[in-house]
Amino acid sequence: MSFDTKRVARLALIGVAAASLAACASRPKPTGPVAPTPPAPTQEAPPPYTPPPAQPVDQGPVPGSVQDFVVNIGERIYFDTDSYDIRADAQPTLAAQAQWLNRYPAVKVRIEGNADERGTREYNLALGARRANAIRVFLTGQGVSASRIETISYGKERPIDPGTGEEAWAKNRNGRTAITDGAR
Amino acid sequence: MNLKSLLTGMAGAAVLALSFAAVAAPGVARAQIEVDIDKGAVKPLPVAIPAFSGGGRGADIAQVISGNLERSGLFQPLSTAGVADKLGDVNVQPRFPDWQATGAQALINGQVTVGADGQLRVDFRLWDTFSQQQLLGLQFTSTAENWRRVAHKISDAVYERLTGEKGYFDTRVAFVAESGGKLNRVKKLAIMDQDGANPSYITDGSYIVMTPRFSATSQEITYMALRPTGSSIYLLNLQTGRTETVGKFPGMVFAPRFSPDGTKVAFSVEKNGNSDIYVMDLRSRQSTRITTDPAIDTSPSFSPDGSKIVFNSDRGGQAQLYVMNADGSGVRRISGGGGRYTTPVWSPRGDYIAFTKQTGGEFHIGVMRPDGGDERLLTTSYLDEGPTWAPNGRVLMFSRESASGVSRLWSVDITGRILRPAAYTGAASDPAWSPLLD
Repeated sequence: MSFDTKRVARLALIGVAAASLAACASRPKPTGPVAPTPPAPTQEAPPPYTPPPAQPVDQGPVPGSVQDFVVNIGERIYFDTDSYDIRADAQPTLAAQAQWLNRYPAVKVRIEGNADERGTREYNLALGARRANAIRVFLTGQGVSASRIETISYGKERPIDPGTGEEAWAKNRNGRTAITDGAR
Repeated sequence: MNLKSLLTGMAGAAVLALSFAAVAAPGVARAQIEVDIDKGAVKPLPVAIPAFSGGGRGADIAQVISGNLERSGLFQPLSTAGVADKLGDVNVQPRFPDWQATGAQALINGQVTVGADGQLRVDFRLWDTFSQQQLLGLQFTSTAENWRRVAHKISDAVYERLTGEKGYFDTRVAFVAESGGKLNRVKKLAIMDQDGANPSYITDGSYIVMTPRFSATSQEITYMALRPTGSSIYLLNLQTGRTETVGKFPGMVFAPRFSPDGTKVAFSVEKNGNSDIYVMDLRSRQSTRITTDPAIDTSPSFSPDGSKIVFNSDRGGQAQLYVMNADGSGVRRISGGGGRYTTPVWSPRGDYIAFTKQTGGEFHIGVMRPDGGDERLLTTSYLDEGPTWAPNGRVLMFSRESASGVSRLWSVDITGRILRPAAYTGAASDPAWSPLLD
């Protein structure tokens, strides 16, 4: 499920990134301290690809940019119910995150722990904090300096799928590595 | 069995009579108000509350009293439109046969006068219509704009006289007002009268607020704010409007709640993914860590004497309720059944702990004794959570969220029979009941 989600998001974001590159003909601005929450991934078709006008440009995001991280690495991993164990299917994403962060040492991140709505507010804040910390521990274990990482839990306050049922809840049980500073 | 026992939810005789009817009423009066407890539905007491005489706010005051008593589920206000007895002076006895004919067991009549200084004077009488006894006669004086509070105080006096329990109508409720859908939810700290009147919004929605809680001793609330930069616990004095934080902590801070004497706040502090319970002395600003388990420890709530704290922990594998001494010693688990237990709140009377329970894919509000005995689930829905006690310890308010993501406030009595939406109809969560106002 997380793989599909990422792929859909990637397709959509390539379109957006390419269009914005063509439009401003310069690299994208780094985000401010508040990274925008991306739109909820869905299983629906991505918006149609808009070809850049006239002059051909490189279609990939600028290496080291927020887009590069989001599109080519993936900013979210997913958790099982009431668990903060890093699943096997999340490890390649986190390893890639660590590798990317090691390559761009100026980048700082905030890891956001999220929980689904099938829990009460305070418990879910604690659970989200555990998830964010589990990601932090993984990344620092792969050589990312702890001083570049902050963590926060949003509990169940920041779902990315508004649906009801296991499919939506599975997406909402996630940890997001959000770039806050230092990207190109 | 009387109405008091209805409130306390004790099982007993199948046929119930109300305590006030026993004052002097003949048998026929009791027969009117029989309740079969085994049918699971209490027949509310029929009561007549005609517009208070004297004009002005007379009709409004009667309507507020009527709304309060009706929402309690214990009273059924009747239409008084066709009654021949046009009550005037409260010092004149009502024509009881006229009121008996409506089926009303009790009559509340009153009179409003405005003094030369603009002060509102409200006299009222509570009558047993069949025994023709006056049960209560009180007078309130207040500024004219304070008429709703006069109505709430009359409601409390009537409720206490007829049930033997303290009322809870002259109170306020802090809550989180919600707008927007699941993906763009805006949350504002808000406060209103318990009947939904006079709502006011304290924060602007630019950051998330959660879990306001009232001090039992002052017009003060504590709540949590969550921004991308971190979380904070605030103390807000409702009289001065002054807000302050309890200070900086390395990780998340959440789940604040006052001690019963208002001198301390217990809350959770998270460090490296581990949440523990701390207690801060508000005078010295010193905080003490009182749990050290590597599990989640959160949602602390003091016993009314301040000697114990009930809290939520998953140290046993999944979320359960535990009680410890206020210094953190003597931890023991009190919840036992299958399912996950969270959000424990000690009743201000000390006799019950309310909680949220998740089982079988559903959420329940429930109560149990402080030793874990007598567990009863009062509600069932897609998502019920976060009970708060009325100051009399007999009614709970909580959030109920539908699958579509709209949350509203509901209330339920501790028998579970009287379940209904709260008077405030906007989207809302995390209610916190105030103590009785002065």
